[in-house]
Amino acid sequence: MNGSPAETKPKAVPWPVQEEASHNGLANYGLFAALIALLLWSYHGSEIRLSDLFSREGGAQILAYVKGLFPPDFSANVIREAVRGTLETFAISFMGTLIAATIAFAMVFFASRNLIYSGLLYELEPKHGWSRALRMVPYLLAKGLLNFLRTVPEMLWALIFVFIVGLGPFAGVLALGVHTGGVLGKLFGEVLEDVNQEPIESLQSTGANRLQILFYGILPQVLPQFISYTLYRWEVNIRVAAVLGFVGAGGLGQRIYIAISLFLGNQLLTYLIFIYALVTVADYLSAYLRRRVT
Amino acid sequence: MEQYRLEKIVKSFDRHQLAVGGIDLAVQRGERIALIGPSGAGKTTLFRILNLTLRPTSGRLSIDGSRVEHLHGKKLREMRQKIGTVYQQHNLVPRLKVIHNVLSGRLGNWSTLRSVVSLVRPRDIELAYDALKRVGIEEKIFARTDELSGGQQQRVAIARVLLQDPEVILADEPVSSVDRSLASTIVKLLIDISKQTGKTLMVNLHSVELALSYFSRVVGVKHGTTVFDLSSDEVSDELLEGLYSGHLPENEQDVSFDEQPGTPFLQ
Amino acid sequence: MNSRVLPSYSKAAKSAFPYLFTPLFLIAFVDSWRRAEVNPLLFLEAEGRNNLWKFLTGMFPPDLSANFLGLMFRPAMETIQISVMGTLIAIVIGFPLGMLGTRTFSVSGVLNEADNLGSPTRRVWGYLVYFGARAVLSLFRSIPEFVWAFMFVRAVGLGPFPGVLAIGVAYGGMLGKVYSEIFEAVNDRPLEALQSTGANRLQIFFYGWLPQVLPNFISYTLYRWECAVRASAVLGLVGAGGLGQQIEISMRMFNFHEILTLLGILFIMVATVDYISAKIRAVL
Repeated sequence: MNGSPAETKPKAVPWPVQEEASHNGLANYGLFAALIALLLWSYHGSEIRLSDLFSREGGAQILAYVKGLFPPDFSANVIREAVRGTLETFAISFMGTLIAATIAFAMVFFASRNLIYSGLLYELEPKHGWSRALRMVPYLLAKGLLNFLRTVPEMLWALIFVFIVGLGPFAGVLALGVHTGGVLGKLFGEVLEDVNQEPIESLQSTGANRLQILFYGILPQVLPQFISYTLYRWEVNIRVAAVLGFVGAGGLGQRIYIAISLFLGNQLLTYLIFIYALVTVADYLSAYLRRRVT
Repeated sequence: MEQYRLEKIVKSFDRHQLAVGGIDLAVQRGERIALIGPSGAGKTTLFRILNLTLRPTSGRLSIDGSRVEHLHGKKLREMRQKIGTVYQQHNLVPRLKVIHNVLSGRLGNWSTLRSVVSLVRPRDIELAYDALKRVGIEEKIFARTDELSGGQQQRVAIARVLLQDPEVILADEPVSSVDRSLASTIVKLLIDISKQTGKTLMVNLHSVELALSYFSRVVGVKHGTTVFDLSSDEVSDELLEGLYSGHLPENEQDVSFDEQPGTPFLQ
Repeated sequence: MNSRVLPSYSKAAKSAFPYLFTPLFLIAFVDSWRRAEVNPLLFLEAEGRNNLWKFLTGMFPPDLSANFLGLMFRPAMETIQISVMGTLIAIVIGFPLGMLGTRTFSVSGVLNEADNLGSPTRRVWGYLVYFGARAVLSLFRSIPEFVWAFMFVRAVGLGPFPGVLAIGVAYGGMLGKVYSEIFEAVNDRPLEALQSTGANRLQIFFYGWLPQVLPNFISYTLYRWECAVRASAVLGLVGAGGLGQQIEISMRMFNFHEILTLLGILFIMVATVDYISAKIRAVL
């Protein structure tokens, strides 16, 4: 905000008192100790048997297993399934991320403090306790909903949607859409809250109405960031879409599940190769598009 | 009748910060005034009250005889449209093309639908071109605004004000972020526009030199009140010392009221 | 006075990108819609609506019986333990590989060292290490942790251990990549300044390099830990410990009220982890 009438006498700055420093130090030690305790407890509970992993017997087992995966099965059938699975996984992640972006975009205007709470700049300076409280409600609801969508893991969403709409890729699309919607909603909200105020005030001074300010001042600032985040999540979602198949939501995941269950190691390797390729391509595509947008 | 009349305008933020403490000011149509004073004196707050983006905490503000402190909604916007502002920096939306930024001066006149359509296919290109020509950078019309230098962006901001065609032009430290030679050019440009069109011009200036050289009426502001309101030849060195006492000359404090947060690393 | 040439908007230099991208996008959209069997009408059909209703009503009231909660305690704790250990292993894997995968480390050397040492063979080795480390990280990252978990279960048996390994490897890949980006963004001016005072390598490391790297490093690692909690909860679906197993059972038996409880537990865990992260971050 604009500065207050300046004080001409600078205040004397006292040296930091010694007590303060040691108080902080105690809290630090406490935290450190707690951290160590957490690590030890976790080690115990995870039943980590690194010896198993690195022992002769365990190591040999793993090696044998990995060897058994080669060579990858490139028969026509398997390739066909792999390609289909890849395209399906792509489709699931694509549609899912789009739905997510739509949900997030719709909710974000409710879930960002500056727009719903105080309005654009000073228009709605919170005057009465009333309207303030009233405007908090949609804000809290929106934030709460996005939080909920985000916390439930995609896998669980997939299970739920398989129950509601049946097996197949649609359940995967919905699971991704809903979960990622929560994630993007939060990210979008942060972008919106961090929007640069000055050009907006400047537009306001020309007599523009709120919608005009939205289109001329806010959207040009936030849309590139929105798109960038969406592309980033799409990249992540390719991996997620691949595994949702484990619970019957289609894609490469479903085929991998079958391959592992039926001990078809060579097929498994083929599918793994395809996942790797798909993920790598998606990463490059996403990075390229993100560069173009910003 | 005066165009602007301020009586005992007070603006405080949060009951603790008194930004403006009782200003009286009367401005005639077509006048050209410079405001000077140390940073933090309340000049920018005053300007935001003048261009109706801030409401005064108390006092009376009249434009052309009618009270405006309590306007809102459409009437407020109509009044705002009559006042054009050039800020020190960040007037413009960086990612938009220059033409959209210039045309945004007309937003007060356009319907919402028209303004959105114009983002896709700009209308009134000729108007924008003429304005840009007036300020000397017509060749940049389709460039992206953040590709322009600071001085060029200020000119675009002035072009925008031209399109808005207001009755008053307010300029809040328009040349503080611009180098010296360019500064006088821009100030001269504003004065020329005011002379040619008869628009009132009020400029907040950091540089006393510029104020005294180009303006016939100078108002000194300190601690949120007017210390003097004289013609430029009456402004003595003593008065200036009194105005700026307690402050280093050429104080580089930027009056920016928004912090630019860092972008998160998940890019 | 003179002829007026008004610049034309349509002829202004515009990129071809939107014209290429849009049709591709539309094709992808239509094809994906079909392939993913998207069918919003399903929610309006009787079966879809019924199932949705069954699910929503089945969730309330959540099963808060002492019996169930007691049963869930161990798996919940296990989930946290898996996430902690998994993240730890991920750091152990990600940090060194991330360093090796940093151009300034392996190839050009921090602080103009490469110019002083640069024999061609050394450069080649540098590039090999650089690309090698990146490839390994990429491999770890690209295979979803679920698949890793599945494979590790086959290798070391059921229980929380394969979960730890799966998260360790997969997240190691992710951490490593981001670590290398953080490392590459280190500003070498302060390091140069330190060097000019005569500090040795280790001192420069602790005084100049570490303070720059630490905030982002901790911040991202804590973020990954939060993700690891959710991931660990889910890995149980393949028998890798934690709540996941119970989630599968509850879903299979249509005990939706149990699911709601489990969700609540998950919520609390994530919130706790969030809180702890915030505290840790505040200290630094």
